[in-house]
Amino acid sequence: MMLTLKQTRQLRTFLLGLLAWAVGLVMFFPIFWMILTSFKTELAAFASPPELFFTPTLENYVEIQQRSGYFSFAWNSVVVSFGSTIIGMLIAVPAAYSMAFYESKRTKSTLLWMLSTKMLPPVGVLMPIYLLCKNTGLLDTRTALVIIYTLINLPIMVWMVYSFFKEIPKDILEAARLDGATPLQEISRVLLPISKGGLASTMLLSLILSWNEAFWSLNLTASKAAPLTALIASYSSPEGLFWAKLSAVSTLACAPILIIGWLSQKQLVRGLSFGAVK
Amino acid sequence: MADLKIRKLRKVFDGLEIIKGVDLDINDHEFVVFVGPSGCGKSTLLRLIAGLEEVTSGTISLDGRDITDVTPAKRDLAMVFQTYALYPHMSVRKNMSFALDLAGIDKSEVEAKVQDAARILELGHLLERKPKALSGGQRQRVAIGRAIVRNPKVFLFDEPLSNLDAALRVQMRLELARLHHDLNATMIYVTHDQVEAMTLADKVVVLNGGRIEQVGSPMALYHNPVNQFVAGFIGTPKMGFLDARVISTDPHSVTIELAAGTRLQLPISGARVSAGNKVTLGIRPEHIEVVKASESAFQVEMDVTEHLGSDTFCYVRTSSGETLTVRAPGDFTGEFGQRVGLALDLNHCHLFDESGLTIPKLNQRAA
Repeated sequence: MMLTLKQTRQLRTFLLGLLAWAVGLVMFFPIFWMILTSFKTELAAFASPPELFFTPTLENYVEIQQRSGYFSFAWNSVVVSFGSTIIGMLIAVPAAYSMAFYESKRTKSTLLWMLSTKMLPPVGVLMPIYLLCKNTGLLDTRTALVIIYTLINLPIMVWMVYSFFKEIPKDILEAARLDGATPLQEISRVLLPISKGGLASTMLLSLILSWNEAFWSLNLTASKAAPLTALIASYSSPEGLFWAKLSAVSTLACAPILIIGWLSQKQLVRGLSFGAVK
Repeated sequence: MADLKIRKLRKVFDGLEIIKGVDLDINDHEFVVFVGPSGCGKSTLLRLIAGLEEVTSGTISLDGRDITDVTPAKRDLAMVFQTYALYPHMSVRKNMSFALDLAGIDKSEVEAKVQDAARILELGHLLERKPKALSGGQRQRVAIGRAIVRNPKVFLFDEPLSNLDAALRVQMRLELARLHHDLNATMIYVTHDQVEAMTLADKVVVLNGGRIEQVGSPMALYHNPVNQFVAGFIGTPKMGFLDARVISTDPHSVTIELAAGTRLQLPISGARVSAGNKVTLGIRPEHIEVVKASESAFQVEMDVTEHLGSDTFCYVRTSSGETLTVRAPGDFTGEFGQRVGLALDLNHCHLFDESGLTIPKLNQRAA
């Protein structure tokens, strides 16, 4: 049977929609299963085949709060991710400004060099960084995490801010200069307000990356400065696996960032597509 | 007062000389247009005056004050950009008052100046809008308004009309001319469009390859171009050029033979040329008339004919393969391939030597 042009188009839309839903469900399934498991008893969590219908319980959440104190970990996560994001922006904005509007022969290679630092496996510099922290007394401090998160996220932040600034016509800044704006006013009164959408998505990405970072937080903190990622890890090993509690603590760790991400998904999409979508 | 003097100005970008030693005087109240083909350095020259580019050598002074190294804001100039360069996050009112706000001028005075500019430019009803809610012409007017409120010594315009459609361009051209008259301000205007240059300027500066080719009033450039470049650049349709050879000279005339074989005796001083020299004859389309083939020794073949209603432009080909444009009356009819004769107005013939320089006419006025 031959399909008309319209039918072909409808079929294609339908199949693409189906594919998108399938991919979305596959990606969401682990999160769904984690949340589901967190409301089961340990026994039910182990059941095989897994139970889809059960009587939900909050006992895991209660026990985590009693045993570990969720909020001290969460506060560390908040301080460290917001701290590194703010400091990162304070460095990334002027860096991107000079690279975008005062381009020199070496700007492109500087950008590439910055990005290349992201290709280094972090474990390669674990020893030197650990020793540096130890010798400066920064082990198990939030300061250490703020410094390290700022540095590891900076290349991406500079790249993103740079690409947003690149979209702004130079003429507008020149007009401001002729209007009598100092370089600082040029940035604060013209450049930043124009690119606030891009800056917001850069900050959001930095927040998410810092919030989810686990390698350095596990290796450089013990208890005082440990963020949520360390809390999750603490439930995984020595006493054997407790699936329900692990799920509950993971749900608690993911929740804030999931909510922020959900609320700002529009910004995030625009940011991650690097200004390709207007 | 606004007297701008430019002396021996040079600009080098990465070893490439863009402006090759420019000397220019711009007088108070003058409307000066920099015109030239793309890449001639006209925009760079304007940006050097604005202070947006650093001068390599030479000086710029305004009313006797050396401003060569002064920051753009302190030069007392305002610029209108080709892209308008409005601040997209500010209302029209804020766009216009931005410079005054930065300068810390009293609020009521700022408001008065903005209202004044809005009245001149008929922007009163748009003051609260953002630039993206404006049409191209309105944006252009806001950009001009932003310059007006500052009451600068000199207005700089960088191809301000090239982003507008043809009809709007004509309208804005008239508005700019009226604005210049009303404000009685000194304006410097960059364009690649010689029609804009001719219609707006008191003084046209023709630039080519980083050098000034000629400075003069539009009519002076039209009638007495100093070289073949200026002759070909000013006027639409373009001046036609024919290869020729000098046959004989005397103090009051030069006789030449065109490549097509026709001989012409021109009222041009023979002092600068001698028999046998290669020369180029320049003649504008409006100074040629199409006649019957039997009435002229200079015979050509008709090519395409364009009817504009008021005029007809005929493209013709000579027997030596050169092309000429002829401006004929609107009701002219000509057929493709038809043989016709041309009558050249000898008083309006220009002669250029081998290096492209004009061989002076006997009567410079020769209008």
